[in-house]
Amino acid sequence: MLSFKELKKLLKRDLSGLPSMKVALIGDTATQFLTTAIQGTGVERGFRIELFEAEYNQVERQFLDSSSELYQTNSDFIIVFQSTHKLGEKHSLLSLDQQETLAEERLAFVTSICENPAFANKKIIYLNYPEIEDTVYGSYATKVTSSFTYQVRKLNMGLMDLSQQYANLFICDIAGLQNKLGRDMMFAPNVYVSTEMVLSIDALPYVASRVMDIICAIKGQFKKCLILDLDNTVWGGVVGDDGLEGIQLGHGLGIGKAFTEFQMWVKKLKQRGIIICVASKNNEETAKEPFEKHPDMVLKLEDIAVFQANWETKVDNIRTIQHILNIGFDSMVFLDDNPFERNIVRENIPAITVPELPEDPGEYLEYLYSLNLFETASYSQADKDRTKQYQDEAQRVSLSKTFTNEADFLKSLNMVSVVSGFTKFNTPRVAQLSQRSNQFNLRTVRYTDADIEALANDPNVIDLSFTLEDKFGDNGLIAVVIMKPIDKESLFVDTWFMSCRVLKRGMENFTLNTMVEAARQKGYKRIIGEYLPTPKNKMVEGHYPSLGFDKLEGLSTAQYVLDVEQYQPRENYIKEVKR
Amino acid sequence: MEREEIFSKLNEIFEDVLDLEEGANLTDSTTANDIEEWDSLSHIQLIVAIEKAFKIKFTSLEIMKWANVGEMVDSMESKLN
Repeated sequence: MLSFKELKKLLKRDLSGLPSMKVALIGDTATQFLTTAIQGTGVERGFRIELFEAEYNQVERQFLDSSSELYQTNSDFIIVFQSTHKLGEKHSLLSLDQQETLAEERLAFVTSICENPAFANKKIIYLNYPEIEDTVYGSYATKVTSSFTYQVRKLNMGLMDLSQQYANLFICDIAGLQNKLGRDMMFAPNVYVSTEMVLSIDALPYVASRVMDIICAIKGQFKKCLILDLDNTVWGGVVGDDGLEGIQLGHGLGIGKAFTEFQMWVKKLKQRGIIICVASKNNEETAKEPFEKHPDMVLKLEDIAVFQANWETKVDNIRTIQHILNIGFDSMVFLDDNPFERNIVRENIPAITVPELPEDPGEYLEYLYSLNLFETASYSQADKDRTKQYQDEAQRVSLSKTFTNEADFLKSLNMVSVVSGFTKFNTPRVAQLSQRSNQFNLRTVRYTDADIEALANDPNVIDLSFTLEDKFGDNGLIAVVIMKPIDKESLFVDTWFMSCRVLKRGMENFTLNTMVEAARQKGYKRIIGEYLPTPKNKMVEGHYPSLGFDKLEGLSTAQYVLDVEQYQPRENYIKEVKR
Repeated sequence: MEREEIFSKLNEIFEDVLDLEEGANLTDSTTANDIEEWDSLSHIQLIVAIEKAFKIKFTSLEIMKWANVGEMVDSMESKLN
């Protein structure tokens, strides 16, 4: 982690080439340093943050007074930092009766922010309350509902509930961060007294990093895949030398439990939807044996999406994994106990994240917790099935090799697709896919759950979502189209993205047929598509021409038009099913 | 620790934290008015950097009462010796 001083220096660079983003920071203590730390961390992650910092201690005014600067700034993200100190001050001025409702009163204020239509399209990032244990009642405070300890904990719990209720509210868990760093690291009394800053200089980069983790996740930058070395990373010892019985695993005394608990953590990540892969220098049979036979293995073969155990280099194996999964290296994490292997991977694949695992396996987990590698801005039930989908994909790849004719192969898959508008059932997945899709994404507009709900309720918008299922399994919801009218005759394709898992199945043709049919039914004569280039979506640069669209000349962006009336349905082997 | 040694380390810290190109050239009578980059905010960064480098802790009162670098070094001397 860079120090505050280093973050500050990053801001002196020429930042004009970086994409900008607008952020507001509203706090009830001095926030100048936090502003600097957030901007510096932004540069580290590739953004130039235009930050509006409200005057000191104006949280209520900024939100409640519609003539305040906050209403004028047009920021995409609003960071709210109300401190535990100010809360404590308030608590001490209240009567016992009033103290009992302190948390409720603050939660009502946060609710009013979330429900304020002026902020409906903003993302509110609210920093929760690191506890200050005032020991007025000692541990007995748990029995006294008016105690500060009780109210702070109730407030933090209530914030979690609110964030589930409001899709535009994200809680930045700095209370959790304080648990990790310790209060004495988080807070420096002499700095507080002379500046009104409630975060120590050393804590600032950590807090800024947690804030940026959330912003980056909303912007589509997050980790999707964890690649594991095996010997001395997943289990203790070297299975090729020590044998199945000789490796260290399992509870009881000794280092085995460190590996078992590490595996439990990986398993939870897998259940959350992170794709787990293996890259190991081993004979495949030897490497798989513990997964199949060792009673203390938590991870099983079915948890691993791609298993690469051979004598190729780690770099080659990681490239193979990337090729099969079809996701960016920047969304991958590689864990290996061997510093030499880590360096080779870093040198050859700079975009991948390679944590500097501590020497002692007993420290792996606490170290990994400190990195907060797997921040996310969404979660849906479908995430659980992702490993299965990649394993299905591996099967499809081997089947396709038995066909010489692509059409025969596609026919043999018996593909079906459910086409539907946006509903409350598919909204989380649609929003999530809009954040995750980078490659097959024509305009890369990111949407949250709240945005998708708003689109679904707009009668002028044509919203389409597609699933794809075949004989090997269900890919779930994999493509989304949003079309908006420009005039009575023309529709503009605001969004078209698709999961790269279903490339080369004719899904583009099926999707376009559906789009044209929807446009025809509403009497539109033409569909206009646009390609906005990003560093990642070159794959779809020629998307519209290849589907028969004509280029519109003389425009500043690449736009294409399709004549709805002349359109002939494009060939594909996907059957639409109604459900 | 000799006063001279403290000054030499302090110069380095000031140059590093404030990013001074031409050296801090601190003397007993130097104040924040003499160094453009030294404001109320960077003051706190300096304090924290000095605390770390010398492994000392300043009290809240000390941080706010020094009139010049000389007085700060007086506080430091009393803690170091």
